[in-house]
Formats: sequence, C-alpha cells, structure tokens
Amino acid sequence: MSAVQTTSAPDDTRRRGPLAEVVFSLLRSRTFLVGIAIVLFWVVCAFFGEHFAPYDPLADDIINALSPPSAEHWFGTDQIGRDVFSRVIVGSRDILTVAPLATLLATVAGTALGLLTGYFRGIVDDIVSRILEAFMAIPVVIVALLAIVALGTSKTTVIIVIGLSFAPIIARTVRSAVLAERELDYVAAAQLRHESAFHTMFVEILPNVIPPILVETTVRLGYAIFAVATLSFMGFGIQPPSPDWGLSISSNYGMIGGGFWWTVLFDALAIASLVIGVNLAADGVHGAFND
Amino acid sequence: MVFLGGQVLPGNVGRAILGPFADQRAVDALNHSLGVDRPLLVQYWSWISNFVQGDMGTSYIFRSPVAPFVIDALGNSLKLAAVAFVLVVPIGILGGVVAALNLNRPLDRIISLGGLSVTVLPEFVTGIILILIFGVWLRWLPISAAWPKDAGFFTQLYYLILPALPLFLVLFGYIARMARSGMIEALDSDYTRTAVLKGLPWRTVIWRHVLRNALMPTITVIATQTGYLIGGLVVIETLFRYQGIGSLIFTAARGKDFPMLESGILTIGIVYAVATLIADFLYSVLNPRIRLGAEQ
Repeated sequence: MSAVQTTSAPDDTRRRGPLAEVVFSLLRSRTFLVGIAIVLFWVVCAFFGEHFAPYDPLADDIINALSPPSAEHWFGTDQIGRDVFSRVIVGSRDILTVAPLATLLATVAGTALGLLTGYFRGIVDDIVSRILEAFMAIPVVIVALLAIVALGTSKTTVIIVIGLSFAPIIARTVRSAVLAERELDYVAAAQLRHESAFHTMFVEILPNVIPPILVETTVRLGYAIFAVATLSFMGFGIQPPSPDWGLSISSNYGMIGGGFWWTVLFDALAIASLVIGVNLAADGVHGAFND
Repeated sequence: MVFLGGQVLPGNVGRAILGPFADQRAVDALNHSLGVDRPLLVQYWSWISNFVQGDMGTSYIFRSPVAPFVIDALGNSLKLAAVAFVLVVPIGILGGVVAALNLNRPLDRIISLGGLSVTVLPEFVTGIILILIFGVWLRWLPISAAWPKDAGFFTQLYYLILPALPLFLVLFGYIARMARSGMIEALDSDYTRTAVLKGLPWRTVIWRHVLRNALMPTITVIATQTGYLIGGLVVIETLFRYQGIGSLIFTAARGKDFPMLESGILTIGIVYAVATLIADFLYSVLNPRIRLGAEQ
C-alpha cells in the first residue's frame, strides 16, 4: 500500500486541490487524529449524553449523598446525591456550546478588523492597532469580571466577553497575512478594475488568507474552552443547575479537605482531556497547513 | 534604538491606564441606574489625581479607606508570584535548554509535550489535581494558603508551594518552549559554528555564545507573561482562599465595591508597566547592541 502511494504521490499531488491536500495530510497526522477523537467523544456526549447516562444528571438523592465510587455510581455522588458519572457526561454540553460560539464571534470580528487594518494601513491601522494592543494587555479574567459586573451573568455575556477578547489576537494574525497579500498582482488588478475596497478585501483577499485564519481559530478554540471553564469555576460563566464541569468543581471543591475527591477529580480530568484534545487537533491543523 | 524605547514605553503607560478606563464604563453603567452621573472624564480625572496622591477612595463595603487593603493584598500576591517566578524561570529555561541540546531525542519529546500539555490546562484544573495529590492523598502540603498568624518565612513558604505550583506549570511550558526555540536558532547560527571551529570548548561555546543570544526572546516572553500571571492569580487566590490582589478584585467585583475594584485594577496596571520596564532593562543588559545604540 505504501509502495503504491510513494510511486503515485507526485501525480496525486497535482490532481488533488489544495483543500484535499490539507485534509489528506490531516488524516495522516497522528496528533490530529488523537485530538479529534477526544473532541468528538465529548461532542457525542454533549449531543446524546442524556440517552446513555445511567442517571438523570440533575436528580438529587439525599440519602446517597457523597457516596464514594461504587458499582451503582461509578464516579460516586455529589453533596446532594447526584450521580457524578452522569453529570460529567452531560457536563460537556454548555462548554461545547459557549466556547465554539465565542470563537466564531472572535473569528468573524477579528477577520474583519484584520482585513481593514491590513488593507488600509496608515492612520486606520495605527488607531485600531493601538486600541487592539491595549485590549490584549488586559487578562481575559479581568475583562470578564468587569463586563459581568456591568452586564450581569449569562451565557451571552460570556460569549461576547471571550469573543471580543480574542478578536484582537485573530485580527493581528489576519492583518499580517493581508499585508503580504495586498502587494500581490491580483490585488493590483482588482484595484485597476476599480473594484470597491469592500470587494477587494472580502472577495479577492479573504479567500487567500483562509489558511492562517483556520489555524488561528482552532488554536483560539482551545483557549476559549480554557476561558469558559475558568469563568464558570469563578462563578461568572455558566450558571447552576447546569452540570458544567467548571461549575461542578466550584461548588464541590470546598469539601475536598474532607476527602470527597470524586466530586471534583472527574470533572477536572474531563476539562483536561477536552482542552488537550482541542490543542492536539489544533497542532495537527497547524502542521497540515504549514507542510 | 533609544527612539524605539521611547515609543514603546508610553504605550505601556497607556495600557496601564486602560485598565481603570474600561472599568470606568462599568462604573458609569451603575451610576446611571443610581442617578449619580458625572461626565466620564471629570470623574476619571478626579479619581486618578487622588490616586496619584495616594488616596484610593473609600470602600463601599468596608466603609474604610481602600489603600491598606490594596497594599496588603498586593504584598501577599507578590509573595505568591515571587515563589512561582523563582521556581519557574530557572527550571523553565533549564528545561528548554536541555530539550534543545537533546533535539528530537526522547528527553526533548518529554519536555516539549509535557510542557505543552500543562500549559494549556486551566490553572484551577491543575490546582485541583495537585490539591488532591499532595493535600488530600499524600497530606504533604496544606490545601489552603492561609498560614497561621505570625508565621515565619519558611512556614509561609511551605503554605505557598501548592498555590504556586499551578502557576509554575502554566508558565513552565511557555518559558521552556521559548528557550528551546531560541537555543535551536542560536545553535544553528554562523557565530556558533565559528566558535566551534575556533576550537573553543563546547562548554564555553554554550555559556558565552549560545545562551546569551538564545535567552533574549525568552526574557521578553517572561515579561509578557506577567499580564497573564495576574489573570492566573485571580483564579489561584480564589481556589486557595488566599488574600491577594486577585481575590481582592474578585470579591470587589462580586460585591460591586467600585473604589476597591478600580484601585485593584490600576495597581495591576502599574505592576504590569513596571514588569515591562524591567524586561526592557534586562533585555538591554543582555543585548550589547542596544547599549551601543544608546551611546552613539
């Protein structure tokens, strides 16, 4: 099989489009496959978790509260007797809704800003870039604290806060890609045809800067999960009674001094696996585009 | 080079000021609902001029001046950050250097992958796992950072190890990665080859030629991580119930104690600016080209 591939490889490369080429190299990357497998596992849990979770993640059972892992409750029960295993499975739902939406917002806003600053340069670039740099200097947690004081806690606030905090980073990546693209002949041709600036930016340049945007987006998704989990843990993100992992840790970690480790350990491991999965996948995407 | 330094520094001050600025909008929103609405700039000016004179205002919750709280909290946070930094900077650099010298061998793989995995994990996740291992199962370290009153230096240090570890882990990955790539680049350079061909001992080449050049980008990264470290402090101090500037901001935000919140954030802005300044200074010590530029 490999011998066949090596001999026909040059032909294949010419016949496949650039997209197919990237997909092909992704499927060969072990890092990507491991990462995407972990992520898909949690996505399946998010969608169908309640169908195969053994208990209702929200049903309390005070008599069996804080019972350690056993045959009935694989991961034990929490302080009001909810089954930790079921909660961990269903707990992926909110974080896997909020983090991708925040990343999407960051990508759209960041791409638009990056195109504007990279294409116009000059004073537009100077002003917008300084503002973006200032934003990047403030830690996300602090921005979130302030926004939540001003706007109140909700999933929408979290999406907006994380989306807008990450937008400058994506804008910076897009800007540097656009700076290189705008010197190329096809941009000059578009300008000579008197295409509008909008057309040149979004129809001519944008398709050519998609690869760096995709790479940056996958990396940002990892950070978005990091940020959502942290905010939920701080009590500023996803709200009870959601079985969200960060939230569960936050409501149970006060008791770990008493030895009730099962109430937090599995949630912590779930977050860890998801974050590492996304980062492995992102690493694979990065490699596929930079080969 | 001097001109460049002059360009960069005002930028830092701007960043420092932006903290309270963003905050002022939040304040404004509340002022609207309370009906005490002064023009943004007027408020901002009176507050900032008081701050410069050392008057941070009065806490809404404690009904007493903010300044002592902020100063205490800052001291505590600096202790925690210092423990994390003292551990992570040498170990991180060492890790990166060792990885680069063993490029693509198993040791390099372990350091790079391990560093990457712990860097991407949220602090509270590593924190929880470390608490479980060292605090609950092994019972080696206390699970709360609140040391007994009048604790000596070493007792305090003992209580700070566990909170400092998650910060250490997150920063370790960044620093090791930068040190590693800096080393690889320096090892691959012409001046390293010249030094080797001159017949200098390998040890001298590494110490005198490679390290100096390799560590410059690392220093910049360490400085930029201060901003990140502050975000991490908010989480860690909450997790370990530690009375630092992070938990001060957190409590103030929850209690809508604006004078406390603003002072906390402006203090962080100042710390950030100072850290950047120190990094610029260190950078010029390490890089003689900048010093030469200044003399000309």
